[in-house]
Amino acid sequence: MATRLKPVDVAVVGVGLTGTILAKELAEAGLKVVGLERGRWRDTDPDFGMPYAHDELRFVKRHELMQDLSRETVTFRNNANETALPMRQLGSFRPGEGVGGAAVHWGAVTWRFLPWDFETRSRTLARYGKDQIAADCTSQDWGVTYDELERYFDRFEYLYGISGKAGNLKGKIIPGGNPFEGPRSRDYANPPLKTTYAGSLFKQAVEKMGYKPFPTPTGALSRQYTNEYGATINACVYCGYCQFHACEMGAKASPQTAVLPNLMKQKNFELRTHANVTKVNLDSSKKRAVGVTYVDSRGREFEQPAELVLLTSYVLNNVRLMLMSGIGQPYDPAANTGVVGRNYAYQTPSSVTLFFEDKVFNQFMAAGGLGMTIDEFNGDNFDHSGLGFIGGGGMSAATTGSRPIEVRPVPRGTPRWGAEWKGAVAKYFNRSFGIAVQGACQSYRGNYLDLDPTYRDFWGLPLLRMTFDRHENEHKMSTWITNKAAEIAKTIGPSKMNVNPRTEKYTIVPYQSTHNTGGAVMGADPATSAVNKYLQSWDVPNVFVVGASAFPQNGGYNPTGTVGALTFYALDAIKTRYLKRPGALI
Amino acid sequence: MEQPTGRRRFLKSSVGAIGVAAVPAASVPASVSAAEPHAHGGSARAAKYMFFSAAEVAFVDAAVARLIPADELGPGAKEAGVTYFIDQQLFGGWGTMAKMYRQGPYAEGTPQQGYQSPLTPQEIFRVAIREINQHLGKPFEKLAAKEQDEVLKNLEEGKLALESVPSRFFFNLLLEGTIDGFFADPIYGGNRDKVGWKLVGFPGVAAVYTTLVDKHGVPYNAEPVSIADMLEGRVAADEHGHPKHVTITRKD
Repeated sequence: MATRLKPVDVAVVGVGLTGTILAKELAEAGLKVVGLERGRWRDTDPDFGMPYAHDELRFVKRHELMQDLSRETVTFRNNANETALPMRQLGSFRPGEGVGGAAVHWGAVTWRFLPWDFETRSRTLARYGKDQIAADCTSQDWGVTYDELERYFDRFEYLYGISGKAGNLKGKIIPGGNPFEGPRSRDYANPPLKTTYAGSLFKQAVEKMGYKPFPTPTGALSRQYTNEYGATINACVYCGYCQFHACEMGAKASPQTAVLPNLMKQKNFELRTHANVTKVNLDSSKKRAVGVTYVDSRGREFEQPAELVLLTSYVLNNVRLMLMSGIGQPYDPAANTGVVGRNYAYQTPSSVTLFFEDKVFNQFMAAGGLGMTIDEFNGDNFDHSGLGFIGGGGMSAATTGSRPIEVRPVPRGTPRWGAEWKGAVAKYFNRSFGIAVQGACQSYRGNYLDLDPTYRDFWGLPLLRMTFDRHENEHKMSTWITNKAAEIAKTIGPSKMNVNPRTEKYTIVPYQSTHNTGGAVMGADPATSAVNKYLQSWDVPNVFVVGASAFPQNGGYNPTGTVGALTFYALDAIKTRYLKRPGALI
Repeated sequence: MEQPTGRRRFLKSSVGAIGVAAVPAASVPASVSAAEPHAHGGSARAAKYMFFSAAEVAFVDAAVARLIPADELGPGAKEAGVTYFIDQQLFGGWGTMAKMYRQGPYAEGTPQQGYQSPLTPQEIFRVAIREINQHLGKPFEKLAAKEQDEVLKNLEEGKLALESVPSRFFFNLLLEGTIDGFFADPIYGGNRDKVGWKLVGFPGVAAVYTTLVDKHGVPYNAEPVSIADMLEGRVAADEHGHPKHVTITRKD
């Protein structure tokens, strides 16, 4: 029997990157806000302290900061003809758990999606016609444009103190930045990080080829910075334990460094950890949420009444909560009706590894997002006529931390073990680097999320079921772009190189990317989107679903910058319009 | 060895109950009592095994010595204490699938669906070692090195059929554990004397690299630093707890 608690104005479900910002802003606006986080409290002291912070086994292989699958996981299959089985150990992606969410162990790369990304379908149709898009591709426009989002990108970049170099200031192309980015109102909050040897070789090569390299924008800060919330983020020391780790220096932008110091002082905010929300409760009309139900660390069930419910957990759990609560019609791939679970997408990463006999790179001196990028092969920045695919990907020489358990490349053809393997690891650990492609992933009718009919979580509730594979569009794209990366690699002049396009069947096993997207996508049409452009549920207007769950398909970039912009965009709509007149904004 | 005595004592006192509960009686070799920790030497200097029997230590010592052999480049996995590392990992959260989803029903699934064995890594090591030795008709460690390589290769390629688990599955766990143990911080019992880090030139616990990260192409030869070096004050630290690395001469 659930204990009914005192009503609040806002229940924030998930206290990570999006939840902390929304909670802070709404608490400050005078609303009573409760943050419900199913994991534990985490902060630099004592959780990310030295020397323990520099322990690759603990953080990368034993997943210290990541979701405990013994409590909850997803089930997975490549297509609807298979039986989904549980992801029993973390592999392909690594969601976070606890205060700060995945933004504690994120790699800090912070992009703005291209103007094209937000209008994928209409711009593709206009430029190439309908034959360019596969018949079962459900990629669509977002219902919001880059121009509408620009000031919110800016706000997020300044909150997180992003280090980078503008390439397009109010329409003026700035040398040294990304000439393909949408126009921005001002430069990044902080200058770019330093350039490594790998980055400089890549830069020289691509410049020779006529491309326009620029420093990868990142939330690993190039200098100490105090943001609008009064939080001070330190300067990065290039220790190389960034992605999958937490920062002992407080130099990686995260909820802990950028938002929580302020949020935890807000009188109108209350944080409840170990509070696992199992359901958003609706009234009898099913058109209004009356609060949420959660279970605490002692197994007690509570009902928290709230006027406004913000789903701000990771992509997968946002969608699962909608499905478990009956918010919006579940997607039916056979009939191609319904919206919740529709357009699940991912990323199509690929790479070229370069091996040298005589150069050392010290790639262990590194930072999250440290690198040089070119955007010539991203989005629709190149002519796709006759290529048989849409989309693209950013291409970077990244120096994000070579730690030897996970990063020890050897030339193709080297055995997996034995003396020859050992010799190759010894030789090339410090004489290699990679060019990585952050390939986009389109959405398809057969890729979706729903509730698993068999498997249950710790509390006896159905797991989320993921049905996913990359399609021919992604395989063709990956092959084409990775070959471009190989041409660049050749110009740099390695003795050997591995060219690794992504063309095989998707597998949940090796790590690829924690860039899961979609399932509660935004759009202009309630028939093909679960939320409107303000991330408000079409069906239950006092529920907003915030995160990469709103991406209708994934672009050729890391998602966090765009998630941050959508968060501030939704916040603005809530503060300036919704609170004055609660109800559907569209 | 880097193990505080207090923790050792705790583990020792609890091994009987946990060890018996986690291992099906039928798979415990008759010659070994699971109720006592196995304090025999094996490869590791006075290593105190928590999970492996003497026979299992001999098997794993022999196998990891083939996976990462000692050679002119330096010590291999056996010398690095990888057997002891795997023992400790099997006894702990990883070996018992503490953070893994364990509810049924179970099915083998497709390769794309990953780990689907109802057995824990701990159980898989115990049962696979027994079945491999049974299949061979003699203990793996008694084979010549070349024959051992052949057996490992057959396991890797799924050509040596095991009863309880696909052989490839066991091989991959063994190889992963070997590489983890060779390169993980020595606090876990492997990578003894930082031989894995010295082999590749990895400095371990990182210093402040702000003024070094853009020194292009300049080798960085530092004496690697472990977590225990920091805890025991063997290396000087700055105010944020980053070590001050000491430069060494590297011959390669």
